Amino acid sequence: MNRYPTWAYSAIALCVILALLYTLPNFFGESPAVQVSSIKSTVKVDTALLARVEDTLKKANIPYTQTLLDLNSVRIRFTDTDIQLKAKETIDRALNPDPANATYVVALNLLSASPNWLTSIHALPMYLGLDLRGGVHFLLQVDMQAALTKRIEGLGGDIRSNLRDKNVRHAGITREGQVLRMRFREAAARAKAREVIGNITTDLALVDRDDGQDLMLVATLKPEAQKSIQEAAVKQNIVTLNKRVNELGVAEPIIQQQGENRIVVQLPGVQDVARAKEILGRTATLEVRMVDEEAMRTGSTVNVEIFPERQRDGTTTQVPTKKQVVITGDQFTGAQATFDQDQRPAVSVDLDQSGGRVMRQVTRENIKRLMAIILFEKGKGEAISVARIQGEFGNRFQITGMFSTADTNTLALLIRAGSLAAPMEIIEERTVGPSLGKDNIEKGFKATQWGFIAIVVFMSFYYVLFGLISSLALAVNLLFLVALLSLLQATLTLPGIAAIALTLGMAIDANVLINERIREELRGGQSPQAAIAAGYERAWNTILDSNVTTLIVGISLLMVPGAVRGFAVVHCLGILTSMFSAVIVSRALVNLLYGHRRRVGHLSIGDTAWK
Amino acid sequence: MEFFKIRRVIPFMRHALVFNVISLLTFLAAVFFLATKGLNFSIEFTGGTLIEVGYQETANVEGVRQALDKAGYKAEVQTFGSSRDVLIRMHLEKGQSSADLSHKVLALLQAEDKTAQLRRVEFVGPQVGRELADYGALALLVTAFLIVGYLWVRFEWRFGLSAIIANLHDVVIILGCFAFFQWEFSLPVLAAVLAVLGYSVNESVVVFDRVRENFRKMRKATTPEVIDSAITGVISRTIITHLCTQMMVTTMLLFGGPALHYFAVALTIGICFGIYSSVLVASPLVMWLGVDRAQFVRPPKKDRRDEHEGAVV
Repeated sequence: MNRYPTWAYSAIALCVILALLYTLPNFFGESPAVQVSSIKSTVKVDTALLARVEDTLKKANIPYTQTLLDLNSVRIRFTDTDIQLKAKETIDRALNPDPANATYVVALNLLSASPNWLTSIHALPMYLGLDLRGGVHFLLQVDMQAALTKRIEGLGGDIRSNLRDKNVRHAGITREGQVLRMRFREAAARAKAREVIGNITTDLALVDRDDGQDLMLVATLKPEAQKSIQEAAVKQNIVTLNKRVNELGVAEPIIQQQGENRIVVQLPGVQDVARAKEILGRTATLEVRMVDEEAMRTGSTVNVEIFPERQRDGTTTQVPTKKQVVITGDQFTGAQATFDQDQRPAVSVDLDQSGGRVMRQVTRENIKRLMAIILFEKGKGEAISVARIQGEFGNRFQITGMFSTADTNTLALLIRAGSLAAPMEIIEERTVGPSLGKDNIEKGFKATQWGFIAIVVFMSFYYVLFGLISSLALAVNLLFLVALLSLLQATLTLPGIAAIALTLGMAIDANVLINERIREELRGGQSPQAAIAAGYERAWNTILDSNVTTLIVGISLLMVPGAVRGFAVVHCLGILTSMFSAVIVSRALVNLLYGHRRRVGHLSIGDTAWK
Repeated sequence: MEFFKIRRVIPFMRHALVFNVISLLTFLAAVFFLATKGLNFSIEFTGGTLIEVGYQETANVEGVRQALDKAGYKAEVQTFGSSRDVLIRMHLEKGQSSADLSHKVLALLQAEDKTAQLRRVEFVGPQVGRELADYGALALLVTAFLIVGYLWVRFEWRFGLSAIIANLHDVVIILGCFAFFQWEFSLPVLAAVLAVLGYSVNESVVVFDRVRENFRKMRKATTPEVIDSAITGVISRTIITHLCTQMMVTTMLLFGGPALHYFAVALTIGICFGIYSSVLVASPLVMWLGVDRAQFVRPPKKDRRDEHEGAVV
């Protein structure tokens, strides 16, 4: 009765072999590598690039052990970190002759040192969280109200210019919060305005209102428009963050939306935290506006916004600009530091199609007038360039008036890195130094190891052979758990390691239940074979019930983000693997040992002779 | 080897009232400390900045404190794990941006001692902290409901209810200990508390399972006798299992370092009270709620042929 069919043994053996295979990469450690990937969507990573990189290294006499090419990157392995650093610089210089206009990201990375055949069956080492490998984690919250205000402000400007073009007379357009109020003298004008606005956008909900003196048209953003603006704002910010992270040269960055209005940024292995923060936390947005020259002359502050401008002699002057925004930062597609025809430092700027169209129209209408480029940082605007429009231009133009090449480089980088659709705020930050990460792994590992050994020793003493079998089942449980974590590439954190330890400590419960039941059956006078069968069978109900309740807790823990989720994932997986190993694997071992014997006189499960 | 050669059924239920009074008193004490002292929440919940700095030699905590004081930062400074590591805790201040706070503090400390090295920074904004507390409470609530539901379906509502009462009271006692000693209540501790809930329920389930089995087996016994024999039957397993789990938790306490310290402490308290409450509190509750054999022993199925036979005549 205590026999499994051959297929069952083979299936279990197969599971164990597979688990061994997928656990294997964790033992090989990591070797230093350099990763090259493309920043520009037009530049593909291909064999030509690989050949170029190999060639560069050969010319520079830098030995490498292996090169890998995948869809997005070329990776080159080295024997030690000194060579790795040297190689990074050499490759960077060869691939990006102009650092201000880099085509490729060349980043330091660690690659699993496991053999290729393992990697090719997707057997990868466990994916370590930031608390174990070191790095930076940011949670950013996008200011949605600012995104909406910006949009309604822009629409207000469009409406104003369109009404002027169509000769619709109005008595003023004002914005209060996210409400646009348009005043009219006569009903016909208002009806016309409605029509004009309908042609510009369908995002606005329009309501007629009369306040006694004037006829008013009140415009607010429709809820669905608000939603799409917010979604677009988050997306735009993610794109921008991606560009900025690329400037940093991080090997495996994670930039993801979390919830409705949050963005998670994880930069594993980043050493220079200050620089990462500086580049990411830069909340710069760019805007192009027309200077209100009349206000400049009269010093009027009505209907203008005033920005400071730094002058060559160190003083600042005030620049009044119109509230209407001509171009927003998200319409910039590229920027390079160059020199103008007089050999002064300048930045050459590219705009997207819609930006180019607007620019052409605005410059045509405003020749010889002043235009300002405003940089908003931390909520404060600064005019970085005020220039007279010399002629009509489209989606390519130059910004001049900068002081030095360093200035043009910074500005080009800022424009290139894109601007944010809405300001963001860091609401959570976690930085873990690499030494702490190593400490954490070591301590977690040590705790698990000694706990495991203690349990094995105790079980083997207490239940003798059955204790050894239980210990073996526990080891298989650990193997399955590590294999599963490697296979799923679930993030392993320090709480995750604690969960592994705790799960092992709890998993032994199933075997204790079984062993106690078998002893009890033996004391009750059952034959050894019958006792084994009854022990496993009776214990199963209890094991199932108790594991389901533990699993319920594990699943509800998944709801809590952060450290708790890292714990919960491993805990849940551990419960599943423990049910399999404690019941089926240990039973298979017992069956192999006892099931095939004709007569079993005594079970090696400790003292059961007392009555 | 065998620790427990229990030859007679131990009359646990005779002392049920005593156990529950002890339990109730501990519970009330825990509630009292929670209400008067409150939990010492980590910055993950309250929001704030935490900076861990490592030195090459024993850190001068007083020096760090004074340096920060002079620069106008309100901070708590203490050693963390070893004497070479210093933990600086700062609460949220208006107008202080996180982005450069850690940077400034580190620059300040490195001016004092060049070996100061940044090991860890954690900044949590106020909105995130509040959400976490909400999620934690929600997780606890959902867990409680699901467990009652599952035990209701698998056993009987009396079991579900008493298991959750007994085990939630464990949770309160752990929290009470954290309040009394003012240990830091962090996210890993929350995970540990909830894990203990699962673990203790697991324990109660093992006992209940035996109770159900014995109700079916021991036809003539009274309810207290059935429960006594069930507890006696599983007591050795209970102690051995907890011993094994505690061995793991103890190594975590010894080797896991400061990051896992309170996690392991919470588990230790939970495991000790878990045995007590799931065995000696949950079972009497089930009894007092009026559990009965009739709820488990299905009436013998009537044979269909009998009905037909009656019809034939």
